Amino acid sequence: MAVTVLIPTPLRSFVGGRDALQVEAGSVGEVLERLTGEHATLKPHLFADDGRLRSFVNVYVNDRDIRQLAQRETPVKAGDTVSIIPSIAGGTATVGAQRAAPVLSHEEILRYSRHLILPDVGLEGQKKLKAARVLLVGAGGLGSPAALYLAAAGVGTIGLVDFDVVDKTNLQRQILHGTSAVGTPKLESAAARLHDLNPNVHVEPFETRLTSENALDIIREFDVVADGTDNFPTRYLVNDACVLLDKPNVYGSIFRFEGQASVFHATRGPCYRCLYAEPPPPGLVPSCAEGGVLGVLPGIIGSIQAMETIKLILGAGDPLIGRLVLFDALKLQFRELRLEKDPDCPVCGLHPTITALIDYEAFCGIGAEPSYEGAEITAEQLRDEWQRNPTLVVIDVRDPHEYAIAHIDGAQLIPLSELPDRLGELDGHREIVTHCHHGSRSLKALEILKAAGFSKVRSLRGGIDAWAVNVDRSLPRY
Amino acid sequence: MTLVLDPRHVSAIRQHGEADYPAEVCGLIGGSIEGLQKVAVQLVPLVNQRTDSPRNRYLIDPESFRRGEERLERDGLDVIGVYHSHPDHPPVPSAFDREHAWPRLSYVIVGVERGRAVDMKSWVLADDRGTFEEEEIAREEGKVVWR
Repeated sequence: MAVTVLIPTPLRSFVGGRDALQVEAGSVGEVLERLTGEHATLKPHLFADDGRLRSFVNVYVNDRDIRQLAQRETPVKAGDTVSIIPSIAGGTATVGAQRAAPVLSHEEILRYSRHLILPDVGLEGQKKLKAARVLLVGAGGLGSPAALYLAAAGVGTIGLVDFDVVDKTNLQRQILHGTSAVGTPKLESAAARLHDLNPNVHVEPFETRLTSENALDIIREFDVVADGTDNFPTRYLVNDACVLLDKPNVYGSIFRFEGQASVFHATRGPCYRCLYAEPPPPGLVPSCAEGGVLGVLPGIIGSIQAMETIKLILGAGDPLIGRLVLFDALKLQFRELRLEKDPDCPVCGLHPTITALIDYEAFCGIGAEPSYEGAEITAEQLRDEWQRNPTLVVIDVRDPHEYAIAHIDGAQLIPLSELPDRLGELDGHREIVTHCHHGSRSLKALEILKAAGFSKVRSLRGGIDAWAVNVDRSLPRY
Repeated sequence: MTLVLDPRHVSAIRQHGEADYPAEVCGLIGGSIEGLQKVAVQLVPLVNQRTDSPRNRYLIDPESFRRGEERLERDGLDVIGVYHSHPDHPPVPSAFDREHAWPRLSYVIVGVERGRAVDMKSWVLADDRGTFEEEEIAREEGKVVWR
């Protein structure tokens, strides 16, 4: 006695209109071979080009799915019923899906050979990468390794948003840019480097600041966004735009020796606002320019962003959705936190209150800081005044390790953290000028001194950097 | 082939798409083949099982398909097609639709723009699986079975 094969309606016309066939076979694999041997036109509908059963073709032996048994090796005996049961899937395009499947040239096949021989990538995966459009917000520390690896991997279109010029202090970590590019726009330098790395990649530059006015139009055209921004207003802007457009947002951030990464995709998990509902007050969290960053750190976090982006495109593995990875470089430790979707999230929760982009500078408290009109002094003014009035006191509120790099002769070192306890060392009758690296910490020092009753206090605009540029060129800049 | 839908089927598919917007909706179309016409008789609305990304994906798993098919067979009907919605996208099959399509079935897609059903089109996979070909929808009053 043979095995009975039940044919679903969509396939009946390939087997002469019958709904069941009798086949002699010892395993499911043999059943399918006999079936497609006798009815060759059936084959492409059951099997993909690589010979694997198509994902939406389900085969049951009696009542059990062969995926829970021994797949195609599942034995069958006389009297068994093998059913081919459709699952039906579809939907609108997401990652690269709506565009025509691209063709790979011989050059590309050779270039991507280490991908092509990976079962989870293969020819299909490599074509998905080529069809994909990824937007990198920021071509800096995080954007550099991310862009390099995505271009090398063969992501077809890489959009880059940045409006900065390459500065020498960028080179310690922003490996997209070289010494010869200092002073040129980051996008030019990035496009040249990426084109050299992989001429098959199309780079779409957006030389602009991402704003509430342009973000939706820019992001809409991409499949995945990788956020490599260094400031809170842009980070919330990228998050909200991605939620509104239903785009995955591959997030990374770095500070000093620590980094974080996650994938925010509101239809599949939490968003950035579920994690951080509100930004910290302006100035509380120093930027990399203020706080420093180990150069390799963005290499690690940006590479994680590139990895997650590629996984999203391929649909491979477990994406970093609903998980936050914390990396500590000094301990060389990765930790993982589970993230929950916040049902009260104002943008992706059950009753969203943010349904369009808002003013993110105002949301982050920027522009609402007190005015320092008249409380600042330029480097040249300080030089002239100090010559006329040698009793003027210059207080350096940086940390001692910064003082060791460069300092203004005659300035007194009182680190900002120690200032409240060392007010007694200062004479309130004398003119006081505070200074730091770029002029931000010295404004905080100014507030501390004013609050303590010192009235004749000003802050050096642009800090020791302005002093090195405009007054004492023998000082190194850092 | 031509797909024959009763105007009541058309409005039921549109209403289903609008009701669950912005999620994608899906269902089976039961009927029979009469000459060069696929004549719809009964719709089987199904729950979209893609809870992870229901806004741009739908899934009818094999269990639901089998139950829907059995229900239709009890009425002497076959599964002649599948309908689904494209929230905020035109009723044109995506590459994902094509990659996952079954031959011979009519794939009816209704575009739902901002919660309002707009165009409806029907598509059939070419036998070489390379393309989807648009299929004519004839709207004719006929037999309608509601369940």
